[in-house]
Amino acid sequence: MKTIALTVDGVAVTVVEGASAAAAVAARTHVFHHSRTGHPRGPFCGMGQCFECRIRINGRLALACLERASSGMAITTGA
Amino acid sequence: MPEHFDILVLGAGPAGLAAARTAARSGLTVGLVDEQSAPGGQIGRRPIWLRPSRLRPSRAFRETIDALRSDSRITYFPGERVVACEKGPALVTETPHGCAMLTGGSLILATGARELVLPFPGWTLPGVMALGGLQVLAKGGWPVAGGGIVLAGSGPLLLASARTLRQAGAQIHAIVEQASRQAVLRFLAGLPAWPTKVLQTLAFAPGMLRMGYETDAFVVEALGQGVLEAVRIESRGRRRIVPCSYLGIGMGLIPNVEAARGLGCALEGNPHPAVAVNAFQETSQRGIYAAGEITGIGGAELARLEGAIAGYAAAGNLTRARALSARRAHWMRFGAHLMRQFALRDSIRQLAEPMTIICRCEDVTLGAIDQVSDAGTLKLLTRLGMGACQGRMCQPALAELRPRYRPGATSGIPRPPLFPARLETLAGLAPGEPL
Repeated sequence: MKTIALTVDGVAVTVVEGASAAAAVAARTHVFHHSRTGHPRGPFCGMGQCFECRIRINGRLALACLERASSGMAITTGA
Repeated sequence: MPEHFDILVLGAGPAGLAAARTAARSGLTVGLVDEQSAPGGQIGRRPIWLRPSRLRPSRAFRETIDALRSDSRITYFPGERVVACEKGPALVTETPHGCAMLTGGSLILATGARELVLPFPGWTLPGVMALGGLQVLAKGGWPVAGGGIVLAGSGPLLLASARTLRQAGAQIHAIVEQASRQAVLRFLAGLPAWPTKVLQTLAFAPGMLRMGYETDAFVVEALGQGVLEAVRIESRGRRRIVPCSYLGIGMGLIPNVEAARGLGCALEGNPHPAVAVNAFQETSQRGIYAAGEITGIGGAELARLEGAIAGYAAAGNLTRARALSARRAHWMRFGAHLMRQFALRDSIRQLAEPMTIICRCEDVTLGAIDQVSDAGTLKLLTRLGMGACQGRMCQPALAELRPRYRPGATSGIPRPPLFPARLETLAGLAPGEPL
C-alpha cells in the first residue's frame, strides 16, 4: 500500500494513503487537546459532530475525522 | 452568484443518494451536498484496507455509483459542510478552503443520525469512543491493532462494529449488550419477516459468539490515568474489570434534526425528536422534504425508500412515490421492532455521578446541573450546550438523565450557523443576501 508523509506537532509521521487526519494524529498521540478544565481528550463521535478531534492543519482549524491526511500536511494538536 | 438547482439534497447517505437518483430520473437537476469526502453516509464508508477492485458491489455502493457517475443532472459537492439553511431554499456551505451558496426549487433533508451515549464515570477519557465512531475511525486507518477493545451498548451496530474492527486487526475482549437475553431472542425470532436481515445476522453470528458476546451486561465505568486502560463491566449483578485500549459504546441512534429545526419544520417524538413528514416525505414547510433517519430511526433499507419517495414527490412524480409506500411501511415495522427489543434499561441512566461531566465542551458536571432548578436558566448558569458541538452530545444525554430539562415545544428555533463557521464564510455572503 502507498504511504504518505506528514508532520504532527513537528514530528514526522507516515500513514497509508486514504487515511484520515485523525489516524495520522493517532500515530503520534491519542490526546488531541485538553478540555476547558484541563482534561485530556481525543476523538469521540468519529462523524464530525462532537468537535473533540479538532486540530489545526497548516494553521487552519479542522476536524480530524472529516479530512483525509495528505502529503506534506503540518498538523498541530491542542486546538 | 449562488448556483441554482431544481432540487437540493442535503446528505449523501442512503436516503440522500436515493433522493438524488429519483429526482434526476424524473428529469430535474440536483445539487447533492455532503460533508464527507466520499458518498454513502456513515454506513457506506469503505475501509482503506480494501482496494476498490476487491470491493463487494453491495446495493448501497451500486446505487452510489449509479447516481453520481451516470447521471449528468446530479452535481455532487463532497467535503462541504452546510453551516446555514434558509427558506427559499438556500444552503450556505463551507469547505476547507472556501464557501459557497446554493439555491433550489425545493430541498430534501437527509442529514442522518448520530449516536446516543449516556454519560458514565470516565467516559471522557481518550480511548472511549462512540461505537460507530470507533468503527469509522478504524475504517479511516486509525491504528486499532495494538490494544484490546471492548464494545458495549445496544443493538446490531455492536456486531457490525465488531466485524470491521476484527478486519482491522483488533483484539476484541468483550461485546456487551445491555438488552436482556429474552429481548435479543425476541428480536431474532421476529427477523424472518425481513429475510435480508436474517442473512446479515447469520453472517455476523459465528464471529460474535467467538468474540464473547454477552447480554444483560453494560459498562459502568472507564478507568485510566490520562488515557483509557480498562473498563468495569456489570453483568447480572456481578462486576469485573477488563483491560482495554479502546471502548466503543453506543446506546442507539438519534436523528440529526438541527437543520430541519432551523428551517421551522415540525418535529415529533420524545425524548429524541424526529422530523414530522406526510406520506410524500414532505415536512410541515412546503417544498422541504425529509428522508432517512431524521424522520425516525429505521435503518438503511427504510432510508433508501424514503429518499426515493422524497425525490419522486419533490419532482411532482406522485404516482411513482405512492407505489413505494407499502415497502416503506414494511421497513418501518423493522425499525419499530428494533427499537422495541433494544430499549434501554433504566440502570444505564443512573450511572453518571455528581462529578461526571455531561457537557464535554464546557466541562459541566451532573452535580452542577442538579444545582439549577429552572430549565430556562440552565444554559445561563452552567454554559451547558454552548460549546463547539452546540449541544449535540449533551442535550440528548440530559434528556434521558433528567427529563425535566428536555427542550419543550416552546423552545426557540436555533439560529445559524448550524456548525461553527469561519468568519470568512459569514463575511463572504454578499450584502442583501439572506441571513
